[in-house]
Amino acid sequence: MTTESPMAVTETSQELALRFYEQMRKIRSFEERADELYKLRLMAGLTHLYIGEEAIAVGVCESLGRDDYITSTHRGHGHCLAKGADVERMFCELLGKEAGYCRGKGGSMHIADHENNNLGANAIVGGSAGIATGAAFSAKARGSGQVAVCFFGEGALGQGLVYEVMNLASLWTLPVVYVCENNLYNEYTHYSETTAGDIATRAAAFGIPSEEVDGQDVRAVHAAATRAVERARRGDGPSFLLCRTYRFMGHHVGDVDRTYYRSKEEEQEWRQRDPLELARRWLLEDGLADEATLDEIDRRADELVAAGSQAAIDSPYPSPDEVGKHVYA
Amino acid sequence: MSTPSVKEVPTSHEGMREISLAQAVNEALAEELRRDPTVFIVGEDVAEAGTAFKVMTGLVEEFGRERVIDSPISEPGITGLGLGAAMTGMRPVVDIMFGDFLTLVMDQLANQAAKIHYMSGGRLKAPLTLRTTLGATRRSAAQHSQSLHVWPAHIPGLKVVLPSTPADAKGLLKTAIRDDNPVVFFEDKMMFATKGLVPDGEYTIPFGVADVKREGEDLTLIATSSMVYVALEAAELLAGEGISAEVVDPRTLVPLDRATLAASARKTGRVIVLDEGHQSYGASAEIAAVVAEDAFFHLDAPVRRMGAMDVPIPFSPVLEDETVPTPDRVLAAALELLGKR
Repeated sequence: MTTESPMAVTETSQELALRFYEQMRKIRSFEERADELYKLRLMAGLTHLYIGEEAIAVGVCESLGRDDYITSTHRGHGHCLAKGADVERMFCELLGKEAGYCRGKGGSMHIADHENNNLGANAIVGGSAGIATGAAFSAKARGSGQVAVCFFGEGALGQGLVYEVMNLASLWTLPVVYVCENNLYNEYTHYSETTAGDIATRAAAFGIPSEEVDGQDVRAVHAAATRAVERARRGDGPSFLLCRTYRFMGHHVGDVDRTYYRSKEEEQEWRQRDPLELARRWLLEDGLADEATLDEIDRRADELVAAGSQAAIDSPYPSPDEVGKHVYA
Repeated sequence: MSTPSVKEVPTSHEGMREISLAQAVNEALAEELRRDPTVFIVGEDVAEAGTAFKVMTGLVEEFGRERVIDSPISEPGITGLGLGAAMTGMRPVVDIMFGDFLTLVMDQLANQAAKIHYMSGGRLKAPLTLRTTLGATRRSAAQHSQSLHVWPAHIPGLKVVLPSTPADAKGLLKTAIRDDNPVVFFEDKMMFATKGLVPDGEYTIPFGVADVKREGEDLTLIATSSMVYVALEAAELLAGEGISAEVVDPRTLVPLDRATLAASARKTGRVIVLDEGHQSYGASAEIAAVVAEDAFFHLDAPVRRMGAMDVPIPFSPVLEDETVPTPDRVLAAALELLGKR
């Protein structure tokens, strides 16, 4: 099995910088459309939007090759897209259509993309930590050179499984990167009410090096992720990446009135640190792009999402006899 | 159950050897480790210790610590790790020392392993084998004596195997490891020393094929795992009363060989289901329902269930022995069902 080598990052190339922006913009546009689809009652069930956290998925996934593994969370659209998933097939999955990544059987909270080694979003908080660690174990056993990334929110820090597998990963020097997206809220509860002590120290207790980064800055995330991924690929074992971020929207699409657990002022403050706006600013300041180029990227992302979501709306549902298929391989 | 006191089986059959159930499991693991480099074992004390039950003695010496891996006491962690490895090209055998610890791994098993193939629309698979134990009467009290095989059996996506003999254990375990689905494989810890004839050479036993362990005409005893020995002893006692009992072992709960169970029920018209899980909401209830659905008009009496009493398994031997079906209790139930008492 071959693994594409990660981007060199000592100096962010223009191409890479524009891809950061394009990928983040695609996720933003996708999530805004998902929100609309829900509000228009075109989408059933629950969905958890990644708006505000795009820099983490993109910064991390741009440090990976296509063969590298990721596991994701209930807030997983961003990870899935950043790892290379197709917009239309994702919308098909969100709408429960036959052409979706999981034939409509997974939905928003369970999208897996086997073609890009995304082993799946997971609706059990912390539930995929074992899968990511096992994928890393497998990569090491097979000598494939692959790396596994486990995305999870700070809410998963309350789950014992996470610590069990971090212990295994450190003991067995597994090529896995634990990426904690601290968006400050375990659902509707501020993490300071649920999380004792210092988060990074938890990784340190297992002998896992950790790095804390500004999760709104895609360059910072990418640089730190690249260090962690390179360390894993060298055979030096796991890392822990703690990303400070903010969930701009509610816990899920229906969580509209949020004043009982966080203030409008706080939301406004974080809006000033929108990862897309920050990226746009440095792209312009560093002369890596002009307004027209970025506007064109915006337009393309919106177009892709509009076309993909419409195609998904027009796409057929699975035949009812699909229900009994794929219970067993 | 109590240690089987079934009569010694002859040892001189052509092409057969007499080995213990522990040896049969050991052979199955060794053969699969030899034939497939993606197979590995992970669990507590599986390497030099060869497990708490000494089932894996010698494996680490042959296959090394890279493939027979001692783990921390982290049942959910090793099950999750096994699952991730299974999803990415390996065939792990996760060893969960006591079936009671299934309670700890149920998220990884029920929410993750069981569902990944379905949730991914058939695009991912998890060829994971989880070996564990069941059974009381080892004087291990309430947290080391449960028979929880019906828990995974209730979750679509998992397969559940309950071998009763060394030959079945070996052939079914090899099938489990080669199966592309998560399989939970239960061994009664009281049966590890139980001996039986095992065919020489390579063989596997397919899932979903029940085995008639003793043919009979008057009554069917459907029995799982170690209850097969209780049923066989009871059948001997019944023979002394002039009653011919058939003993059918489903061998796998999922998939379940409904046809063979129903055929025996239709033949004899009377059925007792013996299973060491708690009787209420148990495997015995499911099998009784299957018999009722598929053989109702051939039944001469209601289907009887005999499982573990609905109490936590007590420590005191005097109390513990009250909780499980015994040959005498099966005899009494059978005579009652036949209107002889």
